[in-house]
Amino acid sequence: MATTALSRPATTAPRAIIRATGESRAVRWTLTTIALVFLALTLLLPLVLVFAQALAKGLPTYWAAIKEPDALSAAKLTLLIASIVVPVNLVFGVAAAWCITKFDFPGKNLLITLIDLPFAVSPVISGMIFVLLFGAHGWFGAWLLAHDIKIIFAVPGIVLATTFVTAPFIARELIPLMQEQGTEEEEAAIVLGAGGWQTFFRVTLPNIKWGLLYGLILCNARAMGEFGAVSVVSGHIRGETNTLPLHVEILYNEYAFAASFAVASVLTLLALVTLGLKSLVEWQQRHVTAERPGTDSTPERIAA
Amino acid sequence: MSIEVRNLRKSFGDFVALDNISLDVPGGELVALLGPSGSGKTTLLRIIAGLEPADQGTIHFHGEDATRQPVRERQVGFVFQHYALFRHMSVFENVAFGLRVKPRAVRPSEAEIRETVMGLLHLVQLDVLAKRRPSELSGGQRQRVALARALAVKPKVLLLDEPFGALDAKVRKELRRWLRRLHEEVHVTSVFVTHDQEEALEVSDRVVIMNEGRIEQSGTPEEVYERPATPFVYGFLGDVNLFHGRIHEGRVNIGASDLEAPEWAGASDQAGVAYVRTYDVELAPARSDASSLEAVVRHVRAFGPVVRLELELVDGGRTIDAHIPRAQFDSQALGKGRRVYVSPTNVRVFAQPS
Repeated sequence: MATTALSRPATTAPRAIIRATGESRAVRWTLTTIALVFLALTLLLPLVLVFAQALAKGLPTYWAAIKEPDALSAAKLTLLIASIVVPVNLVFGVAAAWCITKFDFPGKNLLITLIDLPFAVSPVISGMIFVLLFGAHGWFGAWLLAHDIKIIFAVPGIVLATTFVTAPFIARELIPLMQEQGTEEEEAAIVLGAGGWQTFFRVTLPNIKWGLLYGLILCNARAMGEFGAVSVVSGHIRGETNTLPLHVEILYNEYAFAASFAVASVLTLLALVTLGLKSLVEWQQRHVTAERPGTDSTPERIAA
Repeated sequence: MSIEVRNLRKSFGDFVALDNISLDVPGGELVALLGPSGSGKTTLLRIIAGLEPADQGTIHFHGEDATRQPVRERQVGFVFQHYALFRHMSVFENVAFGLRVKPRAVRPSEAEIRETVMGLLHLVQLDVLAKRRPSELSGGQRQRVALARALAVKPKVLLLDEPFGALDAKVRKELRRWLRRLHEEVHVTSVFVTHDQEEALEVSDRVVIMNEGRIEQSGTPEEVYERPATPFVYGFLGDVNLFHGRIHEGRVNIGASDLEAPEWAGASDQAGVAYVRTYDVELAPARSDASSLEAVVRHVRAFGPVVRLELELVDGGRTIDAHIPRAQFDSQALGKGRRVYVSPTNVRVFAQPS
């Protein structure tokens, strides 16, 4: 917009003045078009297809597929898993981010790297780790069998695998935020006489709430949608250890396409709701930060 | 409430931040810790506050040992360099924080909190901004909120870390004067850290000059400025010229000239440095005695009541600064390229460790 405001001497050639980081119109349009076409093909089209396929045989079939007992039980299990995993990761994520950003200790860099591990390894391998540990032939297999505790091919295994896979979300979201904020406000609170919990709940938590919420939403989305790790540990027992993503696969393998896509559309809807919430939080965050116009150099006078 | 610091030591790895510091701050005084960055002044302040543990030494508040007391029990007010206001709270809630986190038994009622906070905001002239967020305030206003917040808990001592460091020159000057007046009104023992000599000399009752983890000198602004105890203080406070030479029987030999140094009557051919303030020089068109140094005017900055001259010594080519009153400059016609004779009127000589 600044380009139009620039006056130029009449002698120079009439050439549009572009910002140093700007590009010509043709380049901008081409790049934008490529990006949009790519998005339409890889994201929008599948999304539309899911709903189209789900409703291909009409609404009654759609409803029947969703109200089917196995589908309902899968939905219940998915919600149960999320309701266990998300709070666990909330506590873990906040605690990890807190100790990484507010204290110095040996092994800090190792901890930061370890938090990223679930992002780095394939979810299938994450599942395999738990089978190796708790499976019938695993390290603790014999002991677990002797005490009649079932982890693999049961709900605890799914919870463990999902927790592992979703562990980084909240911590990763909070660490940069808390690093940027530093420890001065906490120091100020303590000097003023606040205890540890008072400092956390009155100063630290309010400062990170939007980042925390954002992390929670992402964590929840992944917890409900995780396939690979859960597939390895669940055993696919219908009505018992089937989550929604696994149920979709089973139906598909049985050529029940309409039913499979119907269940898939429920997951897709959950994803869309998550995206909506995420945008809302982002908008809120921007809104809050935009309220800070003050700078240190603002001149002012003090009434003497 | 007085502060007594005894034999304080603190190192960070190999770096010695504080090297056996002892310091007394009498009750009710406003003391400046002045020094270049890395001199340990902020570390000393943070140890007094309890934000940092000392390796060795003790801190007493009014004779009571506070060395092992946790921060939250020390009852100190601390103003951070970047204010550290709680960004999600209003100005009012920021100031009220220290009262609200008190244990239920000693916590004031809502009405009392209101009264205290509004009283403090009135004191720092911000009562109309009570509902604002810190982000909506200017730097100077934030600084005053930070002060009000620190005073709300009725601290035994008030500690300020570079209180005006992040402000522009004009606001800084006003706040400085304002802090001085506030201190006269509230009269709480206060220690503030600064690297700005003008700030320290103008605001404080006493200046403590620190360098490399040690106290170089402590005294009233007049004392430290007029009678610097060490070469460091001489160099740090005010503008000064250095002359390297040999001390011999009460005289310092610098090139072709001799300066008198009566306090070194017993010295014999020893390396020494003579310190001369930029305004402690006289310029004359002709050589008057053995102490005058021949120089050429290289640069003139002639604005304001004092004219600053940059002179190059003929013997050795070193540059010295001379600040002379405007009237003298005008009457002597000291233009660029003029040859003059410089006579120091006040010399302080320190032996140079070999």
